[in-house]
Amino acid sequence: MDKLHSYTAHALMKMIDKEALDPSTIRSDVLDRIERLDGKIKAFVLVNRPDTSAPASGKQDTSGRLSGIPVLIKDNICVKDEYTTCSSRILEGFRPPYDATVVKKLRCEGAVLIGKANMDEFAFGSSCETSCYGPTRNPWALDRIPGGSSGGSAAAVAGDCTIMALGSDTGGSIRQPASLCGVVGLKPTYGRVSRYGLIAFASSLDQIGPITKDVEDSALLLGVIAGHDEMDSTSVDMPVPDYTKALVKDVKGLSIGVPKEYFVKGLDKDVEECVRGAIEKLKGLGARIVGISLPHTEYAVSAYYIIGPAEASSNLARFDGVQYAFRDRDSRDLIDMYIKTRSKGFGNEAKRRILLGTYCLSSGYYDAYYLKALKVRTRIKEDFDKAFGSCDVIITPTSPTPAFRIGEKSGDPLGMYLSDVYTIPANLAGLPAISIPCGFSKEGLPIGLQILGRHFGEETIFRTAYTFEQNTDFHRKRPAL
Amino acid sequence: MNYETVIGLEVHLQLSTKTKAFCGCSTAFGQRPNSQTCPVCLGFPGSLPVLNEEAFYYSIKVALALNCKIQDLIKFDRKNYYYPDLPKNFQISQYDMPLSYDGFVDITAKDKTRKRITVKRVHLEEDAGKLMHPAGESYSLVDYNRAGMPLLEIVTDPDLNSPYEAYDYLVRLKSILEYLKVSDCDMEKGSLRCDANISVRKAKEKVLGTKVELKNMNTFKGVRAALEYEAKRQVSCVKDGEKIVQETRLWDVERQVTVPMRSKEEAKDYRYFPEPDLVPFVVDKAIIDKARDSLPELPEARADRFRESYGLSEYDSNVLTGQVDIAEYFEKCAKLYNNPKTAANWVMGDIMAWLNEKNVSIMEMKMTAGSLADLLKMIDNGTLSGKMAKDVLSEAMETGKAPQDIVKDKGLSQISDEAQIEEVVKRVIALEAKTVIDYKAGKKAALAFLVGRVMKDTKGKANPSVVNAILIKNLGQ
Repeated sequence: MDKLHSYTAHALMKMIDKEALDPSTIRSDVLDRIERLDGKIKAFVLVNRPDTSAPASGKQDTSGRLSGIPVLIKDNICVKDEYTTCSSRILEGFRPPYDATVVKKLRCEGAVLIGKANMDEFAFGSSCETSCYGPTRNPWALDRIPGGSSGGSAAAVAGDCTIMALGSDTGGSIRQPASLCGVVGLKPTYGRVSRYGLIAFASSLDQIGPITKDVEDSALLLGVIAGHDEMDSTSVDMPVPDYTKALVKDVKGLSIGVPKEYFVKGLDKDVEECVRGAIEKLKGLGARIVGISLPHTEYAVSAYYIIGPAEASSNLARFDGVQYAFRDRDSRDLIDMYIKTRSKGFGNEAKRRILLGTYCLSSGYYDAYYLKALKVRTRIKEDFDKAFGSCDVIITPTSPTPAFRIGEKSGDPLGMYLSDVYTIPANLAGLPAISIPCGFSKEGLPIGLQILGRHFGEETIFRTAYTFEQNTDFHRKRPAL
Repeated sequence: MNYETVIGLEVHLQLSTKTKAFCGCSTAFGQRPNSQTCPVCLGFPGSLPVLNEEAFYYSIKVALALNCKIQDLIKFDRKNYYYPDLPKNFQISQYDMPLSYDGFVDITAKDKTRKRITVKRVHLEEDAGKLMHPAGESYSLVDYNRAGMPLLEIVTDPDLNSPYEAYDYLVRLKSILEYLKVSDCDMEKGSLRCDANISVRKAKEKVLGTKVELKNMNTFKGVRAALEYEAKRQVSCVKDGEKIVQETRLWDVERQVTVPMRSKEEAKDYRYFPEPDLVPFVVDKAIIDKARDSLPELPEARADRFRESYGLSEYDSNVLTGQVDIAEYFEKCAKLYNNPKTAANWVMGDIMAWLNEKNVSIMEMKMTAGSLADLLKMIDNGTLSGKMAKDVLSEAMETGKAPQDIVKDKGLSQISDEAQIEEVVKRVIALEAKTVIDYKAGKKAALAFLVGRVMKDTKGKANPSVVNAILIKNLGQ
């Protein structure tokens, strides 16, 4: 019982149900682990330690679906009265007066909010390097990035510094770090999970999702956070199925689409090998493999880097020093306050995206950029609609390469943007997609496999992912720390 | 050379919904600063807007009353600009697809002809907060209570050709809006605001002149005065061969002039784009039908009906129906009292004068329509003279006391009893022998004097026509 931090949530819940485990011991075990390791990984921007001065509260309520389970929250999700900064200086000292809907739901199920996870500033990035707190490190190789933007969440799960985590995914920010850290990350269908309390990057693309150690935990956590929310008009009013019931170890008769446009130049050899191996494995387990085409894939990154920054430029306009958080105190007047506050408060990548988005929405450029990008987005959706006419799920690599070194791409924004080439289309189309471990590079770095499903097709994704996972042991491997 | 004035108006109307446009905060006016706010209307990070159905429904009612077409798909956009009263630094508004468009309001031009003014668009948006600048301080404060209040923008085509027409349009528009009971339409509280665009051109010229936007008019009369001033200013500019500058000018009510607002260095670029936090939705036809069925009789229709069923003149019907509360008050009274023309005269005369003087609405006046009917009946049955009735009316309007009670408390009842009056008449004739001689000599004024004496002796309570008749009878003896 001394290594509780290495368990999955479903395993711990089974022990709790059998009364073989006092849930409060999980937290203290995980806190010890954080104490020992987070100095190296730097996944946390805030650790919630229990108030030891408060008297012990007697027998714990174990009726929740996540009673006593530590869940790490990405720093762009509001937790009432707790610092929530999006890893940006401009939100220095900001403590939201309310809980995000997902946080409320976690509290209802008895989860322990263990802390806040580091991220790329405002989720702008694929490496966790744009955080104002400095980069998080990949537990598999501490000189490498964990991926981003939910790098802190993925690294903490991989390093057993939390049992589960929440991330957010706008263009791959859950799946790419999950892939690079060898854990499971799910971006749900747009509208499946409430965004109320998620500090918006690009409202039409953002979605909160679970980062977990295995597929079963992913299903468990999605079941908790999913559902309609009257505070979020974009959340869809559809019943939430019991996703754990979809965890069937069987893919017989399932059609898996493999898009030819995803296996092209730029794809790392080891990654291609592992993903192709995974496809073979699923074929061996009874799935039917279908070659498909998603012809507009090559325009996805360009469209994304117009739509995302355009929405971001507007969403981030509110950080002006007027009401809350950081304000430059030396300003002469209003305009000066705006300029100095935003110049000092935002990092370079945030500024780059705000400028890009502002430009794309400006009169005279709107049609050429923003409107055109929306048209591409429609085409990409149509590609998927067509593809799903001949398959049930689509399998691709999650990231074109395994984790790169810290600093390796930070001077090359375009190279960095291409890290998301395989994950962006799902956001543009609003589709659910998961990344699960499917092997290791020759250097021993984790490699992820992406499975995309139809709108609200999370159950089929889980079934495919679970079958693969239960027939392999990549998810059991842990970094040596 | 004659010049033509071309005017378009933009009215902002705050809807009197219980809660704000995109959150659950109260819309009550005059509360402690920032006491009616929440993370949503403060634009806190992570918060999301949810459309208030009542605000949408009110908007549909206005659109229908203004004869507008309703958009099939309702969509919102973000209007991006930085200002401290705007919590998110963008306003949720509607850009290329206003919820309704292409309607009209009929007005009466100066030559009494009817003129149709096109309502180009009516769209729903959120209001901003209010800046406060404490005197002598180097800082400003923001009150966000108003931020997020539902606001309708009602825009006309440049169809108005004089300040007179602009004024008539505003009066009629406000009248319609008041009938709908979707706003208190109070310019003083800022729940109804009006900006104007005005340009001039030579008569018969096809191309529009350069337009100037006028702001800061706080009354309809102010709008008219500002337009009058600005039309003259522009014509004299053009005559002097000067170019009109496209700019925003503020109405200076003290000096009765328009002055240029400090010009912004760059052209405005609001970078409109679709609001991604609100999903576009198809309007449920049932909601439109329900709104249409719920539309009240509007001012024009009511004026027609007043003419037909009460036999009122066109002028009287228009005056009485201009304000919904007055129309309703009149009609309640007319139901209880059988001479609508008399009721109309009292409402339009003493009552409206009193309301104007006190600057209150008829709703705030304490005297009920039933009391007015009672009062008028007391004139008809001779209990009160016209003069006495006016006094009773004043008190009733002031205190709300029933006219019968006022009459009783003051012992005001008119004396019509002939025997009682004859007694006084005889006494007066005995005392005023000289006047009686004058009368008999044919001096008509003498009779009026004697009537006055009788009235004075009865403290004004005698029925004057009875006094008259008895005097003549007694003087003839």
